[in-house]
Amino acid sequence: MSSNPWFSWDYVQTNWDDISARLVEHTTLTIEAVVIGFVIALPLAALAANVRWLSGAIIGTASVLYTIPSLALFAILAPILGIGRTPVLVGVVVYALLVMIRNTVAGLAGVDPDVVDAARGLGYGRARLFWTVEMPNALPGVITGLRLATVSTVALVTVGVVVGYGGLGQLMFRGFQTFYRAEIVTATLLCVLLALVLDLLLWALGRAMQPWLRTRSVA
Amino acid sequence: MSTIDDALVWLNDPYNWTGPGGVLELGAEHLRMTAAAVGIAAVLALPLGVWLGHTGRGAGVTILVANSTRAVPTFGIILILATTGLFGNGAAIIAAAVFAFPVILANTFTGVHGVDRDVRDAARGMGMSGLRIVGLVELPLAVPLIAAGLRTTIVQVVATIPLAAVAGGGGLGQIINFGIGNQRYGQVLAGGLIIAALALVIDLLLGLVQRAVTPSYLDAPRGGRRRRRTPQPGPARPVPAGEPGRP
Repeated sequence: MSSNPWFSWDYVQTNWDDISARLVEHTTLTIEAVVIGFVIALPLAALAANVRWLSGAIIGTASVLYTIPSLALFAILAPILGIGRTPVLVGVVVYALLVMIRNTVAGLAGVDPDVVDAARGLGYGRARLFWTVEMPNALPGVITGLRLATVSTVALVTVGVVVGYGGLGQLMFRGFQTFYRAEIVTATLLCVLLALVLDLLLWALGRAMQPWLRTRSVA
Repeated sequence: MSTIDDALVWLNDPYNWTGPGGVLELGAEHLRMTAAAVGIAAVLALPLGVWLGHTGRGAGVTILVANSTRAVPTFGIILILATTGLFGNGAAIIAAAVFAFPVILANTFTGVHGVDRDVRDAARGMGMSGLRIVGLVELPLAVPLIAAGLRTTIVQVVATIPLAAVAGGGGLGQIINFGIGNQRYGQVLAGGLIIAALALVIDLLLGLVQRAVTPSYLDAPRGGRRRRRTPQPGPARPVPAGEPGRP
């Protein structure tokens, strides 16, 4: 039996074109999903935070969707949306929603009521209050939601291989089929690395957007 | 849409349910695998979590581990394990247990560690030994969070086990895998619906159990978490993914 190493630079170098193509697929799909998810989640979270009776419905629906296993969700979406990228994108957006909505709601709920009162006393309207007072104060929650959603999206995309579009998951599955460990391990490590890099970028973005946080760390 | 019709036809065929390799057989296998994975994780994580929580050690590490395992793709770990000779089922069970471990650990830790300091002091003042404090004071007060953690974990494992089929194992994922392999998309849809229904039903049942074991005066895990006892940084919420979100 020939050697079946856990890792091989040789493999990485000879197959870099293929690997990087998958990495780009994976990254763009993740970013697209998080952006779409955020655009959907933000208004829903604002609604849930302000309209009490809607908050149960919004968070409840998102939780039910979240409970559906990824393989099952892709399997439900693929026959309807067609095999390929679309069901994976829709699926991971669905999963990103709950985490982002819940953390954003928590962030908005944590805004000091005195601050809101003060702004209202200064004559701030509803929209201005939301964008210039509530949102900046809720940023820690919003960023936390974005980070958690991004990291789990990176891991989830790999399952998309079942419906034909898994980014780095594609490499994992091929490595499994050919029983070549180095390919699976390389793809898995790249996944973790991608998650960490994106997480770090979002963390930095959060810091940059909250210059008033100097010493207190909001992990 | 014909795919939906196909799915209904598939779901209406009793043979697909009771026949060999049918839904009932695969479902039972699915639940056995889930029980194995959760069992392994709980046996290791519960005592460790109680001990760490009681001594107050390792808070940062526990939360860090719980949060960072999110970044590791379960799918990759299952396939890696599958190449070590642990085909399908074994690989999926171990991978599911690995990912269940930190969730149970973090929740148990937070539950035990978060017990009101005054309560603990009172128990000590009454002359209770460390072991009695754990058994009579800390554990009962930690039950709601531990139960919440176990519920999250079980639902998460039920969702992980379908991936076994991709690595050559059994469980309900086989229905989807077989359907994809043979381009029978009605069957794929039916399999997806069955697994989704299973996860939702289990979550619902566990929610009832969770409510039953949570005394009304401790009905904390929902809103009560905001009055935090142990100051924790942002995402330290130990119940990450499927945390029960009840309307």
